[in-house]
Amino acid sequence: MEPVFAVLVGLFFAAAIYLMLSKFSIRIMLGIAVLGNAVNLLLFTAGRITREVPPIVPADLQALPAGAANPLPQALILTAIVISFSFLAFLLVLTYRAYQDIGTDNTDDMRIAEPDKPRLPPMGY
Amino acid sequence: MAVSPGATIDISAAMTVAPVPLGAWLAVAPVALCVTLGAILLMARSSLRLQAWIALCGLGLLVLIDAALLAKVIAEGPVTMVMGRWLPPFGIAFTVDLFGALMALAAAVVALAAGIYGLADIDETARRYGFYPLLMMLMAGVSGAFLTGDVFNLYVWFEVLLISSFGLLVLGSERGQIDGAMKYAVLNLIGTTLFLIAVGVLYGVFGTLNMADIAIKAETLREGAPMMTLAALFLLAFAMKAAAFPVNFWLPASYHTPRIVVSALFAGLLTKVGIYALLRVMFLLLPVEREQLSLLIAIVGAVTIIVAALGVLAQDDIRRLLGYVVISGIGNMLIGAALGTAGGLSGAIFYALQSMVLMTALYFVAGQAATLGKSFSLTELGGLYRRNGAFAAISLILFLSACGLPPFAGFWPKVMLVKASLDVGAWWLAAPILIGSLLTTIAFGRLFLLAYWRPAAAVPETRKSLDLRVLLPLLGLSALVVGFGLLPERLLLLVQGASMELADPTIYLRSVFPGSAAP
Repeated sequence: MEPVFAVLVGLFFAAAIYLMLSKFSIRIMLGIAVLGNAVNLLLFTAGRITREVPPIVPADLQALPAGAANPLPQALILTAIVISFSFLAFLLVLTYRAYQDIGTDNTDDMRIAEPDKPRLPPMGY
Repeated sequence: MAVSPGATIDISAAMTVAPVPLGAWLAVAPVALCVTLGAILLMARSSLRLQAWIALCGLGLLVLIDAALLAKVIAEGPVTMVMGRWLPPFGIAFTVDLFGALMALAAAVVALAAGIYGLADIDETARRYGFYPLLMMLMAGVSGAFLTGDVFNLYVWFEVLLISSFGLLVLGSERGQIDGAMKYAVLNLIGTTLFLIAVGVLYGVFGTLNMADIAIKAETLREGAPMMTLAALFLLAFAMKAAAFPVNFWLPASYHTPRIVVSALFAGLLTKVGIYALLRVMFLLLPVEREQLSLLIAIVGAVTIIVAALGVLAQDDIRRLLGYVVISGIGNMLIGAALGTAGGLSGAIFYALQSMVLMTALYFVAGQAATLGKSFSLTELGGLYRRNGAFAAISLILFLSACGLPPFAGFWPKVMLVKASLDVGAWWLAAPILIGSLLTTIAFGRLFLLAYWRPAAAVPETRKSLDLRVLLPLLGLSALVVGFGLLPERLLLLVQGASMELADPTIYLRSVFPGSAAP
């Protein structure tokens, strides 16, 4: 199972990086969404993926049987999903506001904070 | 469960059974206070005056708590408190050593100053957007990052401070702010995602996320694990947070857009959290890898200083100029981290502490200069000295400190770093520190000349007194800058203690695992 996931994670990362290199902010947002999911899958894979053994200690044992998935990464992913989802929501609103206010989603034209030809300090007085 | 109902289980191996001593609560008190107050302030949003007063009292209390925590750490060594009674490595631990306590106290002082300055700088609109609740949540994130002893927790606190910083950045939602926030948000989010990848790989390798536990296990698990990848990932993620050279361009793009008090807070706190995390992870968890990466860190630090110092020279807007000063400071701290010797590390920690206070004060100065001179641009400013001589004097002190000239606080860390570089024979590391200081001195000299001495062009030069709400934080922070410049011994001792604890984590480990097989 893990090799399949490893390939999947790789594909996700490739797609995310491709999208994030784009000029258009909405594509960058999609890239960030994919990147967040790639990382979550990476964590998930790091904690072993099995369907056979549930991560519950059986009645007659003191510890988890061998081959059980580690539940901690899943708890970590849960936190990470909540965080990345809230960030994505914020970023989407921000992108929309930027599109409304600046009138473009091309990052080359978003030069209000950093003008194209900034004024240089005076040489003397 | 595995045990029949009648049998008793000895839980003392896995859980704390004794009640937590009162003093240990101090370790979580800063975070708990900030989160609680943030919630209360949100409830008090209909009464803006009340909100401001609650926030200021809360920030004052935060300073006192952090001071008490520092006093306790100085007296008794690192303090550990575990959540939910589960002992580490299972329970989440808050472990406070000298380094964390010092940084937390400095952060609290900066936040209190910003809270007072905010009374004058934040208008009603921005206050309705929630300046004070967001400030409280930012402080919760910053304090949590400084005090936690768990890597995943560190990630979570990073996110807490990041999301509150987004809120603060768009306070007022002007066009420039939204443009700056886009760049800030996207690049910082990618930075924290890299951090999360590193945390995931770290857990995959070590099976634990407690910093002390990893520090112990790193000895045995280093063979065959992709440690270099891990260290490089952490380095890239934290360098992005700290705005080190190749990944620093989000900072000058965004730091000049928000309200001046927000810029001051960001300049004082956020990049330093990145440096704190870098030092913590590189020295406590991955010391061998830091050694191997030290050349890379040194080059990054040196280039950061030079590029940033040239940036300082090329700016017309004071706020953007200060943004580059923040970055050049990061370069100095990175050189300290790269040297890794006691002197270098102490220099980096001292630099971080004084830079938190100094950068905040400098942004306050920029804000006040704009209030007096009606502009942020060096081309338009003028005659500030004639408008208010005392303000010009305070500004000059802060400028000289930022250039690293004696007898102010900025002088000592640079001396320590230059000495530490020369001690290991790395003159090529001492050179950028000195060249950076020279270029910064030129830039600040020109700033003073143009904005303070030059007669004002258009605006009449009437004398204006400073608002008390501005003067108070400015004087307080300048007093710290002058005080630690003239009498650095006490802080120097603390910083050396902090760097010793960081480089040799025995005491830290014993605090997390008392009486166990910890080395």
